[in-house]
Amino acid sequence: MDSNLGKSDVLVALAGNPNVGKSSVFNALTNMNQHTGNWSGKTVENAVGKYKYNNKSVCVVDIPGTYSMHPSSCEEEVARDFICNGKSDIIVVVVDATNLNKSLGLVLQISEITSNIIVCLNLMDEATHKGININTEKLSQILGFKVIETCAKTGQGLDLLKDEINNFKPQKGNHLIEKISEDGLTKEEYLDKISSCVINTADDICKECVTYKIDDYNKRDRKIDKLITSKFTGSLFLILIVSIMFWLTISGANYPSALLQKLFAFLQNKASDLLVSVGTPEFIRGVLVDGMLKTLGWVVAVMLPPMAIFFPLFTLLEDSGFLPRLAFNMDRCFKCANAHGKQSLTMCMGFGCNACGVTGCRIIDSKRERIIAILTNSFVPCNGRFPTLIAIVTMFISSLAVFSSLSLLLIILLSVIVTLLVSKILSLTILKGLSSSFILELPPYRKPQICSVLVRSLFDRTLHILGRAICVAAPAGIIIWLLANIFVDDKSLLIYAADFLNPIGSFMGLDGAILLGFILGFPANEIVLPIILMIYMANGTMIEFSNLSVVYEILVQNDWTILTAICMIIFTLFHFPCSTTMITIYKETKSIKWTLISFFLPLVIGFILCVSISNLINIF
Amino acid sequence: MTLKNLKIGNSGIIKSMYFEGKQRLRIRELGFVEGAEVSALYNSMFGDPVAYKIRGSIIALRRDDADKIIIE
Repeated sequence: MDSNLGKSDVLVALAGNPNVGKSSVFNALTNMNQHTGNWSGKTVENAVGKYKYNNKSVCVVDIPGTYSMHPSSCEEEVARDFICNGKSDIIVVVVDATNLNKSLGLVLQISEITSNIIVCLNLMDEATHKGININTEKLSQILGFKVIETCAKTGQGLDLLKDEINNFKPQKGNHLIEKISEDGLTKEEYLDKISSCVINTADDICKECVTYKIDDYNKRDRKIDKLITSKFTGSLFLILIVSIMFWLTISGANYPSALLQKLFAFLQNKASDLLVSVGTPEFIRGVLVDGMLKTLGWVVAVMLPPMAIFFPLFTLLEDSGFLPRLAFNMDRCFKCANAHGKQSLTMCMGFGCNACGVTGCRIIDSKRERIIAILTNSFVPCNGRFPTLIAIVTMFISSLAVFSSLSLLLIILLSVIVTLLVSKILSLTILKGLSSSFILELPPYRKPQICSVLVRSLFDRTLHILGRAICVAAPAGIIIWLLANIFVDDKSLLIYAADFLNPIGSFMGLDGAILLGFILGFPANEIVLPIILMIYMANGTMIEFSNLSVVYEILVQNDWTILTAICMIIFTLFHFPCSTTMITIYKETKSIKWTLISFFLPLVIGFILCVSISNLINIF
Repeated sequence: MTLKNLKIGNSGIIKSMYFEGKQRLRIRELGFVEGAEVSALYNSMFGDPVAYKIRGSIIALRRDDADKIIIE
């Protein structure tokens, strides 16, 4: 990052409380140039962007949202360090016009460190709407800094801010916080005193500058909250939101998936033709086209559309302010499991993609609770496993939409219950400790910015994960093809491997081909069922399952019963996380121990469940 | 009495707080300081945590944590 910072005329740091629209200001200034790492309202790393205005190039650093200069979490430490090390020429402190007394505390604290401050009074439109009137001139006078009114969403006031940045002259700044001597106080008492002093000063300033036209300016929010948090309407609302999200993701992805599959089939033919025309040996052609390209195309076609639908929806909920309420409502269940309510959010993210869910666990502050959330994330089925689950439910349980949806709901419920149980077991054994506190701000409801949501979720989450998946799918495709096409005594290596695994498979109510499918599907769970079909058919390439009745015939011919289907569902839910998730777990925990545990934990549970189900049923 | 016993819809003034370590900082920076007015807004779906209004923002606390805040 440092090399990036050097080339600009002015270096601006963007500071502010969480949830004040700091990222919107950043995006509006830099036109969304290079924005990464935003998770559930938290910028965990410094994001850097640039813009040019009136021949001056300005570099903007978006530092994590922070409440104070005395950090109580790791993002706040990043923020404080950046402000304190004095690299920036100007610090723009973004404050929330709808809740000035809270935001002002940070301005007061930063003003103790530097006087190069511009105050950016953001969310002015919301404040006006709520009947909050701020005397900006007076505020500027009291603080001794320039105060610029903005509304980052509409871009209002941003040119003024840019002008101010270009023509910035060091301000005097008024020292408003009285000096407190450290004598005779413990460090904690000293910090207590400072925070009380900051808050009282902020309150005094607000009394002079802010007038309210309406007494209860957050009435609408309170009404929505009452509905969402009540037992009856709240659970109804929750079920509705979850169902709509799954329905939109699953049904909305069908058409683009089919289209992508056609496109890749076309590309495969073209590539094959090209290789034939230049005289490539058939073996090489098989490895490249039928092996690598086919697997790659498959993974992209099945993975991309649901993720491209799920993550924007998720970000929409996140930006509107619904997700903190979800954590608030669900905290009780997680508290019983000695875990944190925010785990409900990372779990939901896991439904989209477990690797994303694992990264999302950064929002949980306590290390113990974060590791629990990371280890249990793969217990919920991601978008890569849903197609398999849906296919099996439709074929073996019921093809009626009502019953298959109900079965899917039960499957999801099972995964959530196991998540909670395992969290509890972990916190009683290897991750011992009391549940830490749940202190969470419930921000005001806001209309999300659709455009920014789309861009952010597409680039930050979808494409990022897709890139990683492609990196592992390509070599996996080659290996699978080689196994299926190298013959020893009329049988391919794939068949040998399946035969070898058969005893364990049968013991679990599955068979060797299914186990081999899961092992070879380690890079991406999307390809598990196609590989299984490929083994059954002794085919050289993976088989698409567009026609379910044909697939059903193949499976039944290979001794599948309803019991096999149930064990398959269980094992799809609980085996090992895919390679992308494993890499992410290692990156997040920086520990081989936790990565290995995350591999074996679901595997052992899936194994035990499958063995007990199949053997119990066989006894009766 | 403690904040835990504050009935929904009622409000009180914070007298003292008993938090340790990082929690102690976190709770203060969210606006929980001696002398601040706090009101209980609503319970979550299963009754715990509870949402409180403090200095214009809404903060959710578990009942165990609310028990560490003395109000009058």
